[in-house]
Amino acid sequence: MTNRIDNTFSVLKEKNRKALITFVTVGDPSIEDTHKIMNLLVDAGVDIIELGIPFSDPIADGTTIQSASQRALANGTTLKSILSLVTRFRKNNKHTPIVLMGYYNPVFRHGIESFCSDATNAGVDGLIIVDLPPEEDSLLRTIANKDDLHLVRLVTPTTDEERLSIILDGATGFLYYVSINGITGMQVIDEKTIEERINFLRQKTDLPIAVGFGIKSSEDVRMIQKYADAAVVGSALVKKIEEIGEFHKEGELFNFVRDLSETHVP
Amino acid sequence: MTISDTYHHQPDENGHFGEFGGRYIPETLMPLVLDLNKHYRKLKDDKEFNRLISYYSQHYIGRPSPLYFAERLTNHFDGAKLYFKRDELNHTGAHKINNALGQVLLAKHMGKTRIIAETGAGQHGVATATICALLDLPCFIYMGESDMERQSPNVFRMKLLGAEVIPVSHGSKTLKDAMNEAMRDWVTNVENTYYVIGTVAGPHPFPEMVRDFQKIIGIEVKEQILAAENKLPDAMVAAIGGGSNAIGLFYDFLNDTSVKLYGVEAGGKGINTDEHAASLSGGEPGVLHGSHSYLLQDDDGQIADAYSISAGLDYPGIGPEHAYLQSIGRVNYVAISDEEALSAFQLCCRLEGIIPALEPSHALAYVSQLAPSMKQDEIIVMNMCGRGDKDIFNVAKHLGFEI
Ligand SMILES: Cc1ncc(COP(=O)(O)O)c(C=O)c1O
Repeated sequence: MTNRIDNTFSVLKEKNRKALITFVTVGDPSIEDTHKIMNLLVDAGVDIIELGIPFSDPIADGTTIQSASQRALANGTTLKSILSLVTRFRKNNKHTPIVLMGYYNPVFRHGIESFCSDATNAGVDGLIIVDLPPEEDSLLRTIANKDDLHLVRLVTPTTDEERLSIILDGATGFLYYVSINGITGMQVIDEKTIEERINFLRQKTDLPIAVGFGIKSSEDVRMIQKYADAAVVGSALVKKIEEIGEFHKEGELFNFVRDLSETHVP
Repeated sequence: MTISDTYHHQPDENGHFGEFGGRYIPETLMPLVLDLNKHYRKLKDDKEFNRLISYYSQHYIGRPSPLYFAERLTNHFDGAKLYFKRDELNHTGAHKINNALGQVLLAKHMGKTRIIAETGAGQHGVATATICALLDLPCFIYMGESDMERQSPNVFRMKLLGAEVIPVSHGSKTLKDAMNEAMRDWVTNVENTYYVIGTVAGPHPFPEMVRDFQKIIGIEVKEQILAAENKLPDAMVAAIGGGSNAIGLFYDFLNDTSVKLYGVEAGGKGINTDEHAASLSGGEPGVLHGSHSYLLQDDDGQIADAYSISAGLDYPGIGPEHAYLQSIGRVNYVAISDEEALSAFQLCCRLEGIIPALEPSHALAYVSQLAPSMKQDEIIVMNMCGRGDKDIFNVAKHLGFEI
């Protein structure tokens, strides 16, 4: 079995298309709503779903995702309920890659071995652990890779060439370029910097490159997709979910995401 | 004489104290923390840097702080001889300034132009604001709203010193939340900003570096106690929030295994309740704020809110070196409740004429249990790591006084 992330990027490449990745905090406003939203995202053209594991102390997140995490925790969202959500989602969707994104402590507490095997069995394809740099990730990475889970590494504007080689050594799945020095939910930086950074990364790796943080609109997505293989929309979507609160098939949220994904047109 | 150095080999080059410590931070911060580490390694043994530290320590902070024989308390406890290491007499009233001085000098050397810090009791905030005034650097202090309320004198002191105090209204509105917010600031302002962490927590090299700036406490004690008693103490006691005054007191004695070491965590309303801040006595291993240590947390790895009457101890984690020292059995960690600390606070005022901070009041409460069980020719050294002026409003409230 090939990993769905690899699959998705190679299919898109054949079609000469770029990916849209969306992030939602699981359990905001409820686990059942997240299930509906996941199906809606797929219908609206999202290629990869990132599911945020809520954490009590999200030091890399701005107020939007902080509040979403708090709401999710308040209504009882746990790592177990997240994995069972993925299991249910997989009953009707065998192809959309799912990446769990979060902080290390919940994973550590769950137990790394059992977390990786539970995640794989549920149908998860990759992990992004925000506070786990390469220096500390070998345990999780080794076990994850054995279970055919990608542990996605992050690159930032502060990454220099020497650091990049450390990050690339062992990186699988795709590379996540954090577009700004900062937390989620801030403004996007300018196009020229993105272009330069992506070109720099391209010289060093063949992995697909996704760009995230600060991407809010279809214009942003389109701009990012000119250079990178994928654009990640997070806070903007989480905010919409908070504002809308209703997730019909053809409703406002659907239109918002649909709009983002129409940038696919080559 | 050969001295065995068993306990001074930590951490390794990636900041691991045994299995604890390390660097668990967003990638954006990694280059900064690596750079900080490089600069710190270089400066650590630099003559001029160390000359500046000793100059300011002596003439500005007032070091060495006295080692004082607390005779009336000794008589009262009717057991071991009790000495106070009087770090509450330091400029700004706590041990925190030893660390703030070192780190702000380092920041200046690195060319950083903006200083941020978190604070709980406000002592670290005041110390950092003080050194920033002295060295002419803009200073921003994150502080939880409920700490601003219970430590209001320190909020005003920071403002007088020219710092901006930024209220944090998330979570339990205490130290943990202030630290979250400071980290977010740091990730956002990586170019010009230096984050002065106030205790032996955070990613490597902070736990090691803060320890190194605080170990002067124990180094002085060793000289002073040998001069006074011609022998080493039998026991040492210090309060633990993140653990900086404790490791500062203990470090020079780690290899002297005849000296029993006690770290006193905040037991709040009791470690069998869920209102306490005793991470080692009542927590589990985990990862928070950059390092692997012990944490108060639930079964799902969500961090629990700590609770203590003392804002400086009200933190759900503890420095990784303490987790390590517990794991190898070198230090004993115990817990003291709010109530016990409050009685020790009052006892100290009346018998010694010293108004202690609520943090060392926890240490003293443990001394009140330990001393009577020891012989009269045995010696206890306790770190009187802060003075209690900041706490009088809070204590008055708890004792039912209106002032
Ligand atoms: C007087 C005093 N003692 C102790 C502490 C706790 O910190 P640490 O455990 O790092 O010494 C504080 C923290 O604010 C403090 O102000």
